[in-house]
Amino acid sequence: MFYREAGDFKTSYIDDNQTFPIKFDRYRYYVVLAVAFGIIPFVMNDYLANALLLPFLIYAIAAIGLNILVGYCGQVSLGTGGFMAVGAYACYKLMTAFPDVSMFIHVILAGGITAIVGVLFGLPSLRIKGFYLAVATLAAQFFLVWLFNRVPWFYNYSASGQINAPERDVFGIVITGPNASAWATYLFCLIFLTICAIIARNLTRGTTGRTWMAIRDMDIAAEIIGVNPLKAKLTAFAVSSFFVGISGALFFSVYLGAVEVGEVFGIQKSFLVLFMIIIGGLGSIFGSFAGAAFLVTLPVVLKVVGADWLGWPTDIVAHLQLVIVGALIIMFLILEPHGLAQLWRLAKEKLRLWPFPH
Amino acid sequence: MPEQLVFAMEVILNGLMAGVLYALVALGFVLIYKASGIFNYAQGVMALFAAMTLVGIMNGQVPFAHLINATFGTHIHYFGWNVPALLAILLTMAVMVFLAWAVQRFVMRHLVGQEPIILFMATIGLAYFLEGVADLMWGSEIKTLDVGLPQGINLSIDEATFNIFGYGFFIDNLDIVATVIAALLVAGLVAFSQYTKQGRAMRAVADDHQAALSVGISLNFIWIMVWSVAGFVALVAGIMWGTKSGVQFSLSLIALKALPVLMLGGFTSIPGAIVGGLIIGVGEKLFEFAVGPLVGGATENWFAYVLALIFLVFRPQGLFGEKIIERV
Repeated sequence: MFYREAGDFKTSYIDDNQTFPIKFDRYRYYVVLAVAFGIIPFVMNDYLANALLLPFLIYAIAAIGLNILVGYCGQVSLGTGGFMAVGAYACYKLMTAFPDVSMFIHVILAGGITAIVGVLFGLPSLRIKGFYLAVATLAAQFFLVWLFNRVPWFYNYSASGQINAPERDVFGIVITGPNASAWATYLFCLIFLTICAIIARNLTRGTTGRTWMAIRDMDIAAEIIGVNPLKAKLTAFAVSSFFVGISGALFFSVYLGAVEVGEVFGIQKSFLVLFMIIIGGLGSIFGSFAGAAFLVTLPVVLKVVGADWLGWPTDIVAHLQLVIVGALIIMFLILEPHGLAQLWRLAKEKLRLWPFPH
Repeated sequence: MPEQLVFAMEVILNGLMAGVLYALVALGFVLIYKASGIFNYAQGVMALFAAMTLVGIMNGQVPFAHLINATFGTHIHYFGWNVPALLAILLTMAVMVFLAWAVQRFVMRHLVGQEPIILFMATIGLAYFLEGVADLMWGSEIKTLDVGLPQGINLSIDEATFNIFGYGFFIDNLDIVATVIAALLVAGLVAFSQYTKQGRAMRAVADDHQAALSVGISLNFIWIMVWSVAGFVALVAGIMWGTKSGVQFSLSLIALKALPVLMLGGFTSIPGAIVGGLIIGVGEKLFEFAVGPLVGGATENWFAYVLALIFLVFRPQGLFGEKIIERV
């Protein structure tokens, strides 16, 4: 009834090829965009931005990136934190070296640099598969974090070993540093998320995405029917690292402002993003959003309920959070291995028939 | 003999000892992987959990004391007794067996037949869950663990090497004990899997689940047993590492250190875990000794992974792993 393909006639190839071929999806997409760009910036405050919206937007970019690699191409990576660090440090070096260039360009370049690093660490994936690869990506994680910790050039020889984002603007609006206003940083991240999501959505339903999925489903069979595994795997690593790098750059420059690499981009971050795509749904762009939203909201809700309402000490709440996240992951894997995205698909299935179920 | 060479020898000896400890953790991984094809990421957290439970029982701590106090406004922390080490170890072992049963009953049974990567992620979830439970039960502060193992510099080795080289080696007594225990453990495990009925059943399950089922082996029982044995190995590793560096969160990170050991040795080989552990232990200590000062130190953080990565490119199944044969 509400969600239907029937009666939605396409009269040209352009219609048939659009990003959201079904009318309901398309309208939903326009509504979400309108709310995100038109309403939320006006009801913005600092708490909302820093606790929920900015982390959600930034993690969503990282989750889309990792989902391309793990969910679409089937190459498990535990190096997300390391690649985010590459994005952050690349952005930092660019920001300090070229203060007059727009932040947009810095962030995109940071993504590009991360893509190159990602391809380098993706090279072993041609020989190593499955668990062995997952562990091999840990090499990237630990090596990169160590590198940024130990080589002073990366943090411009600052005494604390931290990197601090200097104040930079886009078209005269301050984006980074303590004087940035909440709505500006929100919009800046939102624009990146929108562009990334559109790119990812279109990549995954085109030739590139199909070769990725062929490799994921069975790499030898894919090779036999003419998919080039070198190209498929390395493009997946490149695109994935590009997104992850952008999110790392935003995480450092717009969200945190100051970063100590071992703390912020440690192995925990890799797992966090991995959990997002497991809970959200492997191989789904919507799932990346849902998972990011879920895991960003959960600690905030737990803190409000546990610490503010029940008055428990914060350390107990933090431990409970571990228990709940762990239990949720196991529950999702048992009950719904395809994550929140699958629930959404089921909901659409129901909406299609409702209120006449037969 | 030149001084550098003597230092290097000491470094190698210490590396061997550290390698034994890595191998201890890696053993737990191999056991579960061989019997059920599950790559158990939670092994390190199991070691942490076992060590914390041991300390908690020995000191007579009330489990979930913080939670109870926060909920009911009470102030209880200790029962007021101390449990002797041996009894506490036995009690902890009972807890680990219960844990094995719970894992099998509530998690793994529902995931039979899923892809290996899903199982792997389930164990990551399990790791988080266990870590949270351990912290809630016993509190997250750093604890000291003392079950009466000898510690400190071994004087006789110090003296003997001083007489030969004119420089006394620093070898920790605890490391020597760990080496002996690890050797005993491996010998015991090998004997168990070769000569006992349950051990044979375990190997049969590892070979082929369905064939094992068809000759009347209870998969359920075998898996609970395997997780219990892994829990036992975790307990031993937890005691060793806990005595060495205190019982704290970083204990669970040794699981990550065991991963390159596994990759070197191959996931399916018990001797591989030992040899891999020794190679990693010696390699990272030597690298830190030789190259570390040139690049700013702390190379131990990543050397093992990079070594394993380079190694795998040439031999994807590890040193002793079964050859990976792929068919369409």
